Amino acid sequence: MLEKALKGSPRYWGTLTALGMVMLLGLGFWLYQLTFGMQITGLNRDVSWGFYIAQFTYLVGVAASAVMLVLPYYFHHYKEFSKMIILGEFLAIAAVVMCLGFIVVDIGQPQRMLNVLLNPTPHSVLFWDMVVLNGYLFLNIIVGWTSLQYFKNDMTPPKWVKILAIVSVIWAFSIHTVTAFLYAGLPGRHYFLTAIMAARFLASAFCSGPAILLLLVLFLRRLTGFDPGQKAINRLAVIITYAMCVNIFFFLLEVFTSFYSNMPGHMAPLIYLFQGIDGHTMMVPFMWTAVVLGLGSLLFLIPTPIRQKTPALVTGLIMLVIASWIDKGLGLLIGGFTPNPFETVTVYSPTIPEIMISLMIFSLGGIVLTVLWKIAIEVRVEVEGGNLSMVPPPAAE
Amino acid sequence: MKSSRRKFIKLAAVSAMGIGAARLGFLGDAPALAGDLPTATNFEEGLKAKHWGMAVFSAKFTPELIAKCRTACHTEHNVPDIAGQKEIKWFWGASYEESFPTEHGHYMAEKVEHRQFPLLCNQCEAPMCVKVCPTQATFQRPDGIVMMDFHRCIGCRYCMAGCPFGARSFNFQDPRPFIKEFNPLFPTRMRGVVEKCNFCAERLAIGKLPVCVEAAEGALVFGDLSDEQSDIRKALRENFAIRRKPDAGTSPSVYYIL
Repeated sequence: MLEKALKGSPRYWGTLTALGMVMLLGLGFWLYQLTFGMQITGLNRDVSWGFYIAQFTYLVGVAASAVMLVLPYYFHHYKEFSKMIILGEFLAIAAVVMCLGFIVVDIGQPQRMLNVLLNPTPHSVLFWDMVVLNGYLFLNIIVGWTSLQYFKNDMTPPKWVKILAIVSVIWAFSIHTVTAFLYAGLPGRHYFLTAIMAARFLASAFCSGPAILLLLVLFLRRLTGFDPGQKAINRLAVIITYAMCVNIFFFLLEVFTSFYSNMPGHMAPLIYLFQGIDGHTMMVPFMWTAVVLGLGSLLFLIPTPIRQKTPALVTGLIMLVIASWIDKGLGLLIGGFTPNPFETVTVYSPTIPEIMISLMIFSLGGIVLTVLWKIAIEVRVEVEGGNLSMVPPPAAE
Repeated sequence: MKSSRRKFIKLAAVSAMGIGAARLGFLGDAPALAGDLPTATNFEEGLKAKHWGMAVFSAKFTPELIAKCRTACHTEHNVPDIAGQKEIKWFWGASYEESFPTEHGHYMAEKVEHRQFPLLCNQCEAPMCVKVCPTQATFQRPDGIVMMDFHRCIGCRYCMAGCPFGARSFNFQDPRPFIKEFNPLFPTRMRGVVEKCNFCAERLAIGKLPVCVEAAEGALVFGDLSDEQSDIRKALRENFAIRRKPDAGTSPSVYYIL
């Protein structure tokens, strides 16, 4: 099926070239980092994890979110998702590839990376995170690719694929739980040290991941005329809405516990994020933007008549993605490391090279996703007929 | 750098001729200081304990004494002198509030409130950094010392997130140009790895006390916490001492006598 990725419209090649250019640009900055070390980042002695690890965490959520399609499809035989499920699995692959990329650029001695395998250390959560992430990557590659192959040949996938798909559902929960455990077990970091961390991670993943998937699918429908079915779209939108409500609810639980108990250590990160400490207010506008967009997204998503209108749905989803990204892709790490162990504030903000290197990885993910989705859609077009040129049919919309 | 390299080559040539045969040439750059090299006899006199610990007579510490200990430590261990938020520090001073952020009230004894406290790795009994390290580059010896293999560290900085005391530093850049006085008896680090105080394990091995303890002239007591007769146990029996952040559960081996 790989040959389907080698032939495409100018638009397909244009997308890949554009992403490739951004990747090359970012690669330059990565070489810069490899030459001069991590001094080119905004990281410091007190905020020792930052933008890279935050993106990693957010993308683990995106990867895990494929389960919101796989679970209804395999556990509840919800066949409406049959057209979208492969896109979810392939998005998970792209997301895990980006996760691994963010780990590689974050560590100080990437050439020693395999020490994690040479000295397996079961008491380190990072060891388990490596195991579950790579496992999830292979599960999705095997399940996604084989199902597509069988679909192409008009055959029912073998039983072992279904078994692996069921395993991948449980595995998806594990990748985000283990990633939450990376943080939730650290005694000195009050913002991380919460039993609800894994649950919060899952809730945030199950709204933001499917939201990104749905936005991409709606974009795809516009570009190619590929239609996953209105019923599937509506159902996924409902799942996203519930997950977002739970996500916000879980966050409010944190706020209650911190402020009603009046524990200084637990309140400090929230105060830093939403109000600032000692005049350091850098995070405040971001966090309140997240609050407004997060609550605002529910106004578009909760009322069914509004949610079922595509423009309103898209608006709500974009708001949701931005809000959840600020919460997890900025606030989580910065709040976790501020105040520092001396209860003072050390300011961290990502530098331009840090952002460019991150863009390199996002572009890499974009390339993986574009190629995989191209293959998936071409196979569907080949089997079901339709338009091969990837130009929207005149009748669409 | 240049002159030390020339010295090294010269001395390496001399060692090669067999003159340094009785010395431990495997210490890498060591021939540069061939005269001071520890011998096998020194290693036979190594200090041993069931669990090493330190008691800090904080009232004896002035900013000057902290600076003296810090210089002694940083010179001994080739700690680079880097300014700003990406600094490397093994031994440093901080206020009471920074040292004991969970223990301060509104109204404090003035002498304690304005005192500078010497800070270093707490050499915890249940070290979080050891628990989280994915490669066992940070490990705990049977005598309690929490040490690092700088050559195994992948620079993931998980230990820095795990340490509740901010005791760890990351080499954001090549530290070697920032080493003012090079000590050939201790390895320098490369960029991209984490480092911290090692309770002078390399000195204990040849029967010497940690260099900060030597420099502190009695303000730091070092010894075996498991030995009731040791000086440190005596100091802790006779004085009220606290540990930093006991609620973090790591059980520090460094005690502060107020």
